[in-house]
Amino acid sequence: MTDLTASHVQSTDVVPARSRFPIHIVVFLAPALAIYTLFSIYPLVDTIRLSLYAGDETGARSFVGLQNFYTLLTDPNWSGQFWNAFTNNLIFFAIHMVVQNGIGLGLAMLLSLPRLTGGSVYRTLIFLPTMLSVVIIGFIWQLMLNPLWGIAPSLLKAVGLGSLFGPWLGQESTALLTVSLISVWQFVGIPMMLIYAALLNIPDDLLDAATVDGAGPFSVFWFVRLPLILPTLGVVSILTFVANFNAFDLIYAIKGALAGPNFSTDILGTFFYRTFFGFQLQVGSPTMGAAVATAMLVIILIGVLIYLFGVQRRLQRHTF
Amino acid sequence: MKNLHSKAFRRRAGQLLATASVVAAALAFANAASAQTLTIESWRNDDADVWNTKIIPAFNKKHPNIKVQFKADPPTEYNAALNARLAGGTAGDLITCRPFDASLDLFKKGNLVSVNDVKGLENFSDVAKSAWSTDDGKTTFCMPMASVIHGFVYNKEIFDELKLTPPKTMAEFHAVLDKIKADGKYTPIAMGTADQWEAATMGFQNIGVNYWKGEEGRKALIEGKQKFTDKPYVDAFKELASWAPYMGDGYKAQKYPDTQNLFTLGRAAIYPAGSWDVPIFRKQADFEFDAFAPPVVNAGDKCYISDHTDIAIGINAKSQNMEAAKTFLSWVASPEFAEIYANELPGFFPLSKAKVDVKDPVAAKFVGWRGTCESSIRNSYQILSRGTPNLENELWNVSAQVMNGSMKPEEAAKKAQDGLASWYEPHKK
Repeated sequence: MTDLTASHVQSTDVVPARSRFPIHIVVFLAPALAIYTLFSIYPLVDTIRLSLYAGDETGARSFVGLQNFYTLLTDPNWSGQFWNAFTNNLIFFAIHMVVQNGIGLGLAMLLSLPRLTGGSVYRTLIFLPTMLSVVIIGFIWQLMLNPLWGIAPSLLKAVGLGSLFGPWLGQESTALLTVSLISVWQFVGIPMMLIYAALLNIPDDLLDAATVDGAGPFSVFWFVRLPLILPTLGVVSILTFVANFNAFDLIYAIKGALAGPNFSTDILGTFFYRTFFGFQLQVGSPTMGAAVATAMLVIILIGVLIYLFGVQRRLQRHTF
Repeated sequence: MKNLHSKAFRRRAGQLLATASVVAAALAFANAASAQTLTIESWRNDDADVWNTKIIPAFNKKHPNIKVQFKADPPTEYNAALNARLAGGTAGDLITCRPFDASLDLFKKGNLVSVNDVKGLENFSDVAKSAWSTDDGKTTFCMPMASVIHGFVYNKEIFDELKLTPPKTMAEFHAVLDKIKADGKYTPIAMGTADQWEAATMGFQNIGVNYWKGEEGRKALIEGKQKFTDKPYVDAFKELASWAPYMGDGYKAQKYPDTQNLFTLGRAAIYPAGSWDVPIFRKQADFEFDAFAPPVVNAGDKCYISDHTDIAIGINAKSQNMEAAKTFLSWVASPEFAEIYANELPGFFPLSKAKVDVKDPVAAKFVGWRGTCESSIRNSYQILSRGTPNLENELWNVSAQVMNGSMKPEEAAKKAQDGLASWYEPHKK
């Protein structure tokens, strides 16, 4: 007891109270750190670890180094599917960048028109699909585009354009585009809201000043508003990128895990699903699946790094 | 001071933990003692009603001490969910077995036990057991329950209206299709390629057995004596390709439920079917329908049917109620079970040798073909779907493409063959 007290006293004497280890920082960081470690960092690291193993038919696993990645990238049976999924994913992403974010920007501009009536109604309606379940979205759109009893063929016929209709979800040439546009329809509300918020942040005096200086609406948009919302467009892009390369659910709901026809709608998410969980007679391989998941992580990481170092650092932020 | 405090705290925490674990152990023990509740894992969520109201009560009449619980996942999620539960040790006592490798894989991993010593296994033929036996046929690990048979269901009213008779040969089949198409009121064939498996299962495997002569061709493929590029297989693909003009508008985007509806709404004349469709049509179609067997290539040829072993039941190796589980399995092997199963779920045909009366006339017709034609199973299921690329997935893909017209029959055959030859020794040459 005396010993204890003595050492205690001594330590307080030597080290001034202020420079003691700042325990409160640890305390404040702990909850977030613990949760992220448990649910995010640990699974991620464990996935990477699992990707370095291979299982045999008894379920025993052995360390194989980078063999899984070697197979994934060089065995034509794997690499063909992998690059096909990657290419489709790039197209999927490109369509979202152009169509979803383009329309999102346009809608945000329209919403921020000063004399718009019922703006909040439009805003809610356009944002609504984002909150619906993907299963419902997939189901509704399949019904609408159904060649047998869908509304799309009848509508087109009603205006005399019946010959333009095709089984878009079933053709190799159009399936990916159709699924992408359905996804765009669902998520267009998100870029709209973000950009709309950024547009509202621009002070009116800037716009007024530009108008007084003789700028038309187009120049105001191009030279004043657009530069001011560029940081938001950057955020929207990176969100789209990450979401698209992790996408899975809509394709699975509409086209199933085999992502037909002829894998034309196969993206990395569905490819991963088939590999990890297996499909019909294909027995799932957790280790190979982990390798695919790690490859996806690397792809997303590269994309994010390009954005962080190539784009974000050059963006100028304006505060008013 | 501080240290002492934490020591006390640690001690208390330790006590708490000890108490908790004792309580947990006691609970687990109590659970084991009351036991005798068997849980069945299954993908047949459609059949939950039949299990709960017919099958389990019938079992309980004989074995009142064993409680049975039926727990089903949606078919597409079953394999993944079951594997996760087996790995986590929370899977049920009885496991519904998929045919061939999915279950063989479970057995090899030690998740299923051998059922060689379970009474009733002698009621099944080797073909019936083949889907749930090791490659050497010595150990069986699931008790066979039922098979499904492929054929064609047709709308009798449309056939009467157009004065058609069910075709026996491929030439007759095409004549019938042409007549329906010429009439123009009905879609000749209800089928879509959007789900892909329809094309492979109801198309390729359905008619294919007549081309590759059932078991003969299936075994020759496994032994490497035949290739997908051989005539029978290419011809089967060619036949599929010729269906395209007879299928509904936009069949490329037509899914399985669309196909079923197209037929039950009376808008299509012929439906390439699996026998499991019979109970569904019985409920939904308000017209008379009947079935004909897959037409043979030339008149007088021996006929074959795809009588596919589809469902069985095995025992979880970690089950606490091994004896009760075995009792249940021997009951599943009994004629009593076969009778209930066949009539409550017409379209799933018992595999046991016992003679069973199937009351549904269309289902009875399906099972009747067993007497006149040779049975075979789908050729991609045994052994051949073990490698990468997976043969079954490939067949789905190429069959759908052949019907979509985006691939020639010869190309489809070559793709399936190349995939198989890339990993399967007997085909590497």
